[in-house]
Amino acid sequence: MSLSRRALVGATVLLPLSAAHAQFRVEVSGVGLTQIPFAIGPLKGSDAAPVDLAGIVKADLERSGQFRQVVPVVGVLLDETSRPDLAPWRERSADVLLTGSVTRLADGRFDVRFRLWDVVRLKDLGGMSLPVRPGDLRLAAHRMADYIYEKLTGEKGIFSTRIAYVTKNSGKYSLWVADADGEGGQVALNSPEPIISPAWAPVGGQLAYVSFESRKPVIYSHEIATGRRRLMANFKGSNSAPAWSPDGRTLLATLTLDGSSQIYSIDVSTGSHSRLTQSGFIDTEPVWDASGQSVYFVSDRGGAPQIYKMGARGGNAERVTFAGSYNTSPAISPDGKWLAFVSRINGAFKLQVMEFASGTVTSVTDTTADESPSFAPNGKLIMYATKLQGREALMTTTLDGRIKTRLSAAQGDIREPDWGPFVA
Amino acid sequence: MFTKPFNVSVSRVAGLTAAAVLLAALVGCGSNVKLDDVPVSDRTGAAVTGPADGTAGSQGTSGKVTPVVVDERGIAEPPASVARVIYFDYDSYIVRPEFAATLEAHARFLKADGARKVILQGHTDERGGREYNLALGQKRAEAVRRSLAVMGVSEAQQEAVSFGKEKPAVQGADEAAHTKNRRVELSYR
Repeated sequence: MSLSRRALVGATVLLPLSAAHAQFRVEVSGVGLTQIPFAIGPLKGSDAAPVDLAGIVKADLERSGQFRQVVPVVGVLLDETSRPDLAPWRERSADVLLTGSVTRLADGRFDVRFRLWDVVRLKDLGGMSLPVRPGDLRLAAHRMADYIYEKLTGEKGIFSTRIAYVTKNSGKYSLWVADADGEGGQVALNSPEPIISPAWAPVGGQLAYVSFESRKPVIYSHEIATGRRRLMANFKGSNSAPAWSPDGRTLLATLTLDGSSQIYSIDVSTGSHSRLTQSGFIDTEPVWDASGQSVYFVSDRGGAPQIYKMGARGGNAERVTFAGSYNTSPAISPDGKWLAFVSRINGAFKLQVMEFASGTVTSVTDTTADESPSFAPNGKLIMYATKLQGREALMTTTLDGRIKTRLSAAQGDIREPDWGPFVA
Repeated sequence: MFTKPFNVSVSRVAGLTAAAVLLAALVGCGSNVKLDDVPVSDRTGAAVTGPADGTAGSQGTSGKVTPVVVDERGIAEPPASVARVIYFDYDSYIVRPEFAATLEAHARFLKADGARKVILQGHTDERGGREYNLALGQKRAEAVRRSLAVMGVSEAQQEAVSFGKEKPAVQGADEAAHTKNRRVELSYR
């Protein structure tokens, strides 16, 4: 137990682990999860860097649920050029060791260099040199974490991706773009009126969202580098729930042109719209599967909100969720194998994860006001909003709910996360 | 200020009713009537020219004139003093009978002045997802829109929109707060 705690510094919610997990180098079961013990040697020269690179790498890897840090060996000097004596790291049961250095360049940039060692097989796992501006040092740390993650798991890391979220502070609303760990946030939009449902365009760099700035919900698309905004849907009634198609050419949205909330398809280049659902009931919260062939959405056509699936051009819908009387906010994993959604269970709103193949549904949180799940682009983590001690908070969880972390809280309430795509 | 003539799509009977209300208001107790500074004479004139445009037949009331007697109550409750919030029961999207008189007062006002527009803003309590609540708030706004339409208010004068749970009237997670937050607000433009 003590090891688990040490390995999970920063985790605010932790499901109780069984006694077996207290052992060293234990394999945590569930969703094929293996925790790889890693060590970060002292990064030479990192004291001169304005950010704690090793701390960011450690937090990134541990948030994934697939890594845990072992206590570093002290009193050794290592950098990416060293051929380290791996024996003491082996004694600490580390599987991998990260070594490196940070050097301030004449032009003000920092050269972040690192090398990864396989402590068990005594093998050099390669490294990188990342010359970055001081403002991109956090990104360099995330890139290191991505490198380690990919080398050890064979899957792409998501630590250098970005997220969007909304804060409410003293009645003012802000749309933020931040690193995947919630840090380094920059405001993309300030508004006196609510902002909800940010949705990253598949290529990144662009967000669609619902803004109430004109005293009604309308959909904008927003280029975050330039701040250039385009009104995507401002029809009579409400305009909400934007969802980009995987090719970025179509935006689905919920419009109320005939009175009821129905799903429409908007051609991004021409702005022309066509209706996809014809229920006359509530149809909303459309999301595409990664192939672009199917659209999942929420409808109360059966008397209570449930998740349905239809073709990308509409047509017959098949019901996907059956348990309970309130299932909303679907999110589909990038590999199409998992559905995350929010279910009302005994009056509490709980994040659920369904495996399509087996139909098994798992409740993955201990909180009661979960909202807005969004998958990491590698499908290994889910970010969601909830309430902790009465305050709105953003969390990440592994798909089995075992490892959760709370993203650093900005001022005020924080909500509506959307996890951006891989950065090219 | 009053750029648009009386909206001819409004039912003829409604138009005449409105004219009668306003005439009575003009004669009877103009001092209490605050209709957002729109000249009463403009509206009266527009309403009177209405029946001549030949569209009355489509309403099935061609040639028929229904006299309306305006009571003091109708005059004493112009929209400025009429409630602008309609409350809803839990999980309900039906306008409760107790709000019929309120909506009728708004309908009278809107029918009297076809240039006025009302935004019906639906709201929910804080429970559940933001987007689904937006759809539920829309249902409430739409219920009020339909009620006003039945009372003769034209489509062009109304817009039903939703704020979902984003703009609670009252902060709080108890039923007292929820009750005040499940509402439709009528906002004039």
